[in-house]
Amino acid sequence: MSLLEDELEGHPLAGEEESDEPALRSPARLTAFRRGFGGFLVPVLTTLIAFLAGGLIVLATGHNPLSTYTSIFDGTGLNWLFPWVSGADRATAAGNLQQTLIQATPLILVGLAVAFAFRAGMFNIGGQGQYTVGGIVAVWIGSSFAGMPPVLHVTFAIVAAGLAGAGWAGIAGVVKATTGANEVISTIMLNWIAIWLGVYCFQLGGPLQNPKMPSTPVSSNVVPGAKLPVFWGSAALQGLDVGIFISLALAIVFAVLIKRTRFGYEARTVGFNPEAARYGGINVGRTWIRVMLVCGAFAGVAASLDILGWKFSLFTNDIQASQVGFYGIAVALLGRNTAGGTVAAGVLFGALLTGTSDRNINLSIDPTLVQYLTFMLEGIIILLVSTDVITLRLLKGGRRIGVTLKRRPAKETGTSEGGAS
Amino acid sequence: MPDAGPPALELKGITKKFGSVVANDRVDFDVVAGEVHALLGENGAGKSTLMSVLYGLYKPDDGEILVDGRPVEISSPAAAIGVGIGMVHQHFMLVRVMTVAENIVLGQEPSRWGRLDLKAARSRVRELSDRYGLAVDPDARIEDITVGAEQRVEILKALYRNARILVLDEPTAVLTAQEVRELTRVLNRLKRDGTAIVFISHKLGEVLEVADRITVLRRGKRVDTVPRAGATELSLARLVVGRDVMLAARKSPSKPAGPLLEVHDLHVRDERQLEKVSGLSLTVRAGEIVAIAGVDGNGQQELVDAITGLRAPQSGAVVIDGEDIAGRGVRAATAAGVAHIAEDRHLRGVVLPFTLAENLALRQYRSPQYSGHGWLRRGYMKERAEQLLSEFDVRGGGPDSYAAALSGGNQQKIAVAREIASNPKVLVAHQPTRGLDVGAIEFVHGRLIEERDKGRAVLLVSLEYEEVKALADRILVIYEGKIVGEFPPDASEEQLGMAMTGGQVTQSEAAAS
Repeated sequence: MSLLEDELEGHPLAGEEESDEPALRSPARLTAFRRGFGGFLVPVLTTLIAFLAGGLIVLATGHNPLSTYTSIFDGTGLNWLFPWVSGADRATAAGNLQQTLIQATPLILVGLAVAFAFRAGMFNIGGQGQYTVGGIVAVWIGSSFAGMPPVLHVTFAIVAAGLAGAGWAGIAGVVKATTGANEVISTIMLNWIAIWLGVYCFQLGGPLQNPKMPSTPVSSNVVPGAKLPVFWGSAALQGLDVGIFISLALAIVFAVLIKRTRFGYEARTVGFNPEAARYGGINVGRTWIRVMLVCGAFAGVAASLDILGWKFSLFTNDIQASQVGFYGIAVALLGRNTAGGTVAAGVLFGALLTGTSDRNINLSIDPTLVQYLTFMLEGIIILLVSTDVITLRLLKGGRRIGVTLKRRPAKETGTSEGGAS
Repeated sequence: MPDAGPPALELKGITKKFGSVVANDRVDFDVVAGEVHALLGENGAGKSTLMSVLYGLYKPDDGEILVDGRPVEISSPAAAIGVGIGMVHQHFMLVRVMTVAENIVLGQEPSRWGRLDLKAARSRVRELSDRYGLAVDPDARIEDITVGAEQRVEILKALYRNARILVLDEPTAVLTAQEVRELTRVLNRLKRDGTAIVFISHKLGEVLEVADRITVLRRGKRVDTVPRAGATELSLARLVVGRDVMLAARKSPSKPAGPLLEVHDLHVRDERQLEKVSGLSLTVRAGEIVAIAGVDGNGQQELVDAITGLRAPQSGAVVIDGEDIAGRGVRAATAAGVAHIAEDRHLRGVVLPFTLAENLALRQYRSPQYSGHGWLRRGYMKERAEQLLSEFDVRGGGPDSYAAALSGGNQQKIAVAREIASNPKVLVAHQPTRGLDVGAIEFVHGRLIEERDKGRAVLLVSLEYEEVKALADRILVIYEGKIVGEFPPDASEEQLGMAMTGGQVTQSEAAAS
């Protein structure tokens, strides 16, 4: 866990600044601040502002924001953490918290898929597509090979899904490295290809459609031996499976990879300054490809944990309606592209989704309003995170930090800061 | 000549603090119409902070600003322009895809019936450029003109906004010697016209050339204001640094041994597939500094890139101690023993958001000390960084500080330390002191000579005559991608200048341009 915290808290503020070039002063301070205390405080503040703004909207529609939020909070199951909640309430809370963590499991991983690309200066919008191909492969393997030893079967399905996601994202990496095609465009296109590939596989008469249900566009069911064991709650009531541990373990892998390995160093160098990377003897194109492979693997594994953990089959309309990959972008942004931050943001978004789903809503609250509230909160968070200069400014009492940011050296080319979009 | 009225601009007791750092400590400064007043000081002395206060980018903690004797409140660049202050920043702020005229009028476009009147803009630009001898083509796009011309556009931008007080922040940092002379002429015309000019610089020589008065800042305080008459480079250097400095590096005659770098018949193309190095050959021996002198853009960049592995040559050989590395990439060059102090430290030399330890590992991170089996040895990185920071006297941070938090001089020391510490056979130093102040230049020059004396081959590529003269054991002049002459270090500026421009420049041509 110490590594995660290292990632979460970043570094102490850089030493007192000597330079008096305004061009350097503010971004330098901003960077130091972002990675230091502010790196923790700003996302938290951002979330608070988003909830505050959401509360005002609830108020404007003539409802009580306090009771709405209380209801959402209880819906997330986080009240399970309070020792005074007991009896039937406690059982409900436990069930809700299990749901929150089930939701958080893929969100964390898809968030890591976006975050890793950000650290290398790339914007991976393809989390959804990588998640989709991972899901197709996981459900195919999970529903085949009945009789395989469970541990082997599960491992096989997860690894294969990871490889599928890696391959899918790798296409965008290769295309960028060889032709210079922007990964934003190519990953978006790959999302659509993946979605229609999935629809093709499981549609009526499709190659992977469930032969026992010829009139339903759905995959076969994952065989019992390939299901992830449930360790909290009842498997019949969709209790919490061990997928969350795989997710957390991969967050640690992310932190280690970024901070401690040569590959992570290369990726960060490319992310901060590709010219300097070339000067350092780093093959920039190859690094792009490798980074995308890792991103895709995270997203592919995310899908396999959903399939083997609680979904067990894939409907074509599931594939088309899924938003996990896009939530991943918000999770990564809010998590500041660090492992710890992404875990925290993944849990937050998991909680939001669970807390606002209709079955958890107290009958005195308008369920439509609450669901829209999720989207509004998400929107506000993304807006604030991508314009964090505003948040920093509020934090620093309105001092002018934004002004000198514009003073980038005119002749500088090709530099981009990972995450500071 | 300066008149007896109130100064065009007066700064009184300006104080600006950043946290515990006092960037400006009760600084007084004034400039009268028709004079050039230079603001001289090392990087980090507080020059840019003072000008940012003047231009409304920072709010001073104390002190007042008077224009024509009247106190003014400058809270934004727009307010500064409003009282007649024009600023030419060190890094130009021009829209590269727009034309010269469009850039100049941007924000204050002349209009007719609500539509942009480009014809009026063009004629106004012509009128201004004729009046002050600022030769620009109003219809050229910014991306197609030279750096010197870009600067003229910036000056015109200020004049178009009726600036009577013109602030030039390090205006010569990016110019060639020829362009500096042109700038000096322009400044003289502006002076005659009654413009008050603030000239910010850390170069002693040029300050003595253009300024009427010189104010020296050191660590945020005004040290002294002296008239040009009677000031010398040495007296100014003493004021700037606060101690006696060696302006010319002291060095013994070189004792060259066998060749370590041999370039044979090298042909290199740039991104646009134009041949920039055409059949160049040179040799640098162990224990000597060979300087490549030339006007910018004559193939220096491409030559350096080819030697250091950043660019594959079309043909020819780059032989490092017997091993041909031409076209084999940066890793092969580094492995063969090439170190490279890059020209632009922000483009290549340092990664600003990285820590100093990470920066110092940049070129050696694959070596067994720094990493093994794919893992970084972070302990060694830190330990080595601590050693190098103390050996190279880098101030302003430890191994875990971010490079962005360091001053330019200290950032350059990081780049120099990293390259020298790699224990190279061949050290390629491309503009190693660009933008550095006197103290830092002294340090870098001293180190380069020290490395020479350790038996390394040093290839210095520089646009600064003083630097070439101070360091070189032999001077090779590059012109249109070829070496056109070899000179001893005591060659005169005229001799070199002649060769650098193809040997055809005559007095009349020099005067006409």
